[in-house]
Amino acid sequence: MLFEQIIFFAAALLAIGGALGVVLLQNPFYSVLSLVMHLIALAVLFLLLSAEFLAAAQVVVYAGAVMVLYIFVTAYVGGSDQPLRREGGAVAQLGPVFAAVLFVELTIAVAGSSLQLIDTGGRELEAGFGSPAAIGELLLGKFLIAFEAASYLLLVTAVGAIVLAGRRRGLEEVPGSLDEGPA
Amino acid sequence: MDVAWFVVLSAFIFCIGAAGVMTRRSPLVVLLCLELMLNAGNLALIAFARMHGTGDGQIFALIVMVVAACEVVVGLGLIVSVYRRRLPIDVDELSELRG
Repeated sequence: MLFEQIIFFAAALLAIGGALGVVLLQNPFYSVLSLVMHLIALAVLFLLLSAEFLAAAQVVVYAGAVMVLYIFVTAYVGGSDQPLRREGGAVAQLGPVFAAVLFVELTIAVAGSSLQLIDTGGRELEAGFGSPAAIGELLLGKFLIAFEAASYLLLVTAVGAIVLAGRRRGLEEVPGSLDEGPA
Repeated sequence: MDVAWFVVLSAFIFCIGAAGVMTRRSPLVVLLCLELMLNAGNLALIAFARMHGTGDGQIFALIVMVVAACEVVVGLGLIVSVYRRRLPIDVDELSELRG
């Protein structure tokens, strides 16, 4: 039990540190690397909640594939230093205040919720809870429609990404655009 | 560990992400902060799935991961095509999407 608490607080500190790094670091490259650390800490928390399959998916899909995409785009666009907004509008000034108020409100909501199990470790689990077999059975049985909708969403996204980022020869060239290469 | 700890942690990470979306100017970092918020939501879903002892919340979190991956692909595609047109990469300057 004590071991579990040590793991929880270590992972929680890493996750919060990673999240703060994403927001506060000036260089987008470091923000992406900080997010990778955050995601791995979250995977440890998922393991504590006995969601083994999701922890693995988090590391492989998120910290692996999606973050590589971010790194590539950051390198392409140029990871120039972007200062935090100095003068800024009202939204930027009030943003942290709004976030702090939101946190207080959510904490009150959690503390005041009449959920009976929230102050316990949760119900007794069946064997195999959170394993790939259990997830797959739910995904292809009870949640088949969500699964199919997700596959259509992925298809539409793949087409949309090609349309957005592909070089369009038919359109008029914008003067000075990077499409006009020597090739 | 009590489930409440996980839920409060997820609320805290969500608020950090929300503050980032409102204060940062680079669309890349805004997308990263959106990832933070989506992952905080995932953590809450998985915590409640553990609380009830059913796998439904985990399926929900898995679908959220799929949606987040799609959002990343479309968002990064938009940033790349904005960059190709030599427009400033700044959410304040990009107030319209007219080609």
